[in-house]
Amino acid sequence: MERFVFLTFDGLSKGAVYAAFALALVLIWRGTRIVNFAQGAMAVVTAYAAYSVTAASGSYWAGFAAALLGGLLLGALIERGVMRFVEQAPHLNAVTVGLGLVLLLQGVLGMIYGNEYRPFAAPVGQEALTVGGMPLVSPFDLFVFGTVLAVMVLLALLFTRTATGLRMRAAAFAPEVSRLLGVDVNATLTLGWALAAAVGALAGMLVIPTGLGLHPTAMDLVFVTAFTAAVVGGLDSPAGAVVGGLAVGLVLSYVSGYIGSDVTPLAVLALLLVVLLVRPGGLFAGVRARRV
Amino acid sequence: MTALLTVDGLVAGYNGVPVLDDVALTVPPASIVAVLGANGAGKTTLLRTVSGLIRPTAGRIVFDGHDLRDVPVERLVRLGIAHVPEGRGVVAELTVEENLRLGGLWRRDRADVRRAIAEVYDLFPPLAARRGHAGHQLSGGERQMLALGRALVARPRLLLLDEPSLGLAPRVTAQIMALLGELRDRTGLAVLLVEQNVRGALSVADRGVVMSLGRVVVATDAASLRADEDLRHAYLGF
Repeated sequence: MERFVFLTFDGLSKGAVYAAFALALVLIWRGTRIVNFAQGAMAVVTAYAAYSVTAASGSYWAGFAAALLGGLLLGALIERGVMRFVEQAPHLNAVTVGLGLVLLLQGVLGMIYGNEYRPFAAPVGQEALTVGGMPLVSPFDLFVFGTVLAVMVLLALLFTRTATGLRMRAAAFAPEVSRLLGVDVNATLTLGWALAAAVGALAGMLVIPTGLGLHPTAMDLVFVTAFTAAVVGGLDSPAGAVVGGLAVGLVLSYVSGYIGSDVTPLAVLALLLVVLLVRPGGLFAGVRARRV
Repeated sequence: MTALLTVDGLVAGYNGVPVLDDVALTVPPASIVAVLGANGAGKTTLLRTVSGLIRPTAGRIVFDGHDLRDVPVERLVRLGIAHVPEGRGVVAELTVEENLRLGGLWRRDRADVRRAIAEVYDLFPPLAARRGHAGHQLSGGERQMLALGRALVARPRLLLLDEPSLGLAPRVTAQIMALLGELRDRTGLAVLLVEQNVRGALSVADRGVVMSLGRVVVATDAASLRADEDLRHAYLGF
């Protein structure tokens, strides 16, 4: 029982990170119909930026801020400089470009930082606090829940309450009509990528301390897992991304806890396979509203 | 009186297939010019070329002294041109209120945008009653009202309207046409009106332009078009 409770909280904590990362993937998918295969590599770049800034300044939070700002910048740069050229092309082109970016980014990081696993600090303790003799959640888990929740609330407010959010939604749903109404659709695309990359950067900061350490490939498995979560929830649904992320986090936690952590990557892929075979539209697949 | 919109020698098409072949027309201020003709005549292509969605390969488009060929699509509404495309383009996933707000997002004067939206609700009471409803929940007539209302929020001087009567009941079509006439008379709005519903369009238009196979075959005042039976039989089907 103790183990189950512990695994549940651990699963939810990891799940929150997958939810955030999946949300970033869904943001880009809804805006551009592209799956950003470079999302994980981009998050590693920003994590390394945080690492360097923290090492130079001695402040974790300076590094944290650097990661988020770096995410905004990196997302905008990649959209403007690379993805813009494949946005109108067949989907496979965007996937190929994404994978190419992964090779490029990971290669460059390896050249600059080397290939050893570096310890990556967390701002608060990662030891589980015991409640009534039972180890439950760690301060770090609470930090993860808090930041992911805050990000989701902020994004929801942005999209539903602001003019910028209205422009982004209109540009995603009806790009041609939006242009006729004076919306700079290209600018909203760039902003969407910037935001998604910042969210991915946050996810990276939240998950890397819990793994083997900082390494150019540290986010590879996270990407696959979050992508699975996004597919489970339905790529079009932000709510689905969140639910999918939490669900996948829980499933993997139980697999890792009861069967063994070596099996976890297999479990992720098996889950993805099952979802794609049984319900490819995802749990939250709705009827897409017709253009009227 | 100088024309508000002048199109001259326009040649345009898709992927190398020519659709418009030397099209010329003018729209005076505070007038309604109906563009008529069979399917495939190039009427929709004409509007899409004027608004910049299609780049012409030859010819000029001048609006109030501006050469529209240099203007990106996004900036058109700032000049005073609102294009309501074929199929209306109501964003189905957004609410009535959000669609209307979208029409005015580019404007600095937020107070006037709020006034303009209020005016649209006065003009179209069914929209006011359904302001929280999503676009896909509206009827065809309500969607047309929404598309028109959204265009009017921008306070345009020229309205490019593509087949507003499509899929609408005759009574609703008549209301829309009457409204266009009223806007022209009351606010000086100019309209370039593409229509298949010839009777409806000619009932309110000042001038008529008939297109066939990418060319303008007739350009005259609406009264003459209504009266000329041979012309109507040849190009307009009645």
